[in-house]
Amino acid sequence: MYLVKVTVTYKESILDPKGEAINDALQRLGYHNVQSVELGKYFELQVAKSDRPIAEQVNEMCDRLLANVNMETYHYEITEMRTQA
Amino acid sequence: MKFAVIVFPGSNCDADMANALRDVCHCAVELVPATATTLTGYDAVVLPGGFSYGDYLRSGAIARFAPVMAAVQAFATAGKPVVGICNGFQILTEAGLLPGALRANRSSQFICQASRLHVCNPHTQFTTAYAKQPDIQLPIAHGEGNYYCDAATLADLREHQQIVFEYVDNPNGSVANIAGIVNRQGNVLGMMPHPERAVEQLLGSIDGLGLFTSLIENHREETHV
Repeated sequence: MYLVKVTVTYKESILDPKGEAINDALQRLGYHNVQSVELGKYFELQVAKSDRPIAEQVNEMCDRLLANVNMETYHYEITEMRTQA
Repeated sequence: MKFAVIVFPGSNCDADMANALRDVCHCAVELVPATATTLTGYDAVVLPGGFSYGDYLRSGAIARFAPVMAAVQAFATAGKPVVGICNGFQILTEAGLLPGALRANRSSQFICQASRLHVCNPHTQFTTAYAKQPDIQLPIAHGEGNYYCDAATLADLREHQQIVFEYVDNPNGSVANIAGIVNRQGNVLGMMPHPERAVEQLLGSIDGLGLFTSLIENHREETHV
């Protein structure tokens, strides 16, 4: 079993109005040293082992559904979970 | 002319669309559930507005994989007319039937207002009725209507006259004021404004009527040739 952690964020060229609104709120709270806020999406998937390389499958799932590659980018981390004997 | 209006879980403009097509334009209309697997017998397909699948993940991202979408893909590939309004536009971009994507509005706010539009291409099968009246007003109601495409795609859209509707006063930050586009073949239209909400004087405007009369008239001519 794998634990897959996927983070999806807007590409740099895409405006992130929600991130900007959060940054504005942080500024109002007095955290003036906050330079920028980017709001993204975080997914945790538990994926059973299969014949397919896990990274290949994760890439495909990100491209097809988890991210819209027109405007978003993603990265992920795959760790093998210890299964109880 | 027989229309299919696709009903996804969370669609909410399906009844308005059926009203416009059936009661105002006197066409045959059927509400087709997202679980349908065939669109045989229909002359045009409409993906209505709403919040399909709760807009979970991204607007249109889940609907794009609804069972009916394989039939919509085939319908579009066969060159038959497909119209996506608002959430329907978002679904069509997610499905890759139209280029680009719809982002959150620049203001972060849901915008519900009348919006002035310019019909930049009155030569599509959806817009011929606007040739003499290219400046219209339609309601918009969306939180994620901010059209985005990269520079190469925009150049491509311009080169092939695929930009059909432009905002006069860009309300949401859309690239190049884009409110609606067609695919290269010209048979798939996506737009954020709601023509079905502007088809009777009672509704405050009849500027949306031209879209439906264009489609019906062009279909009639085509089938009589």
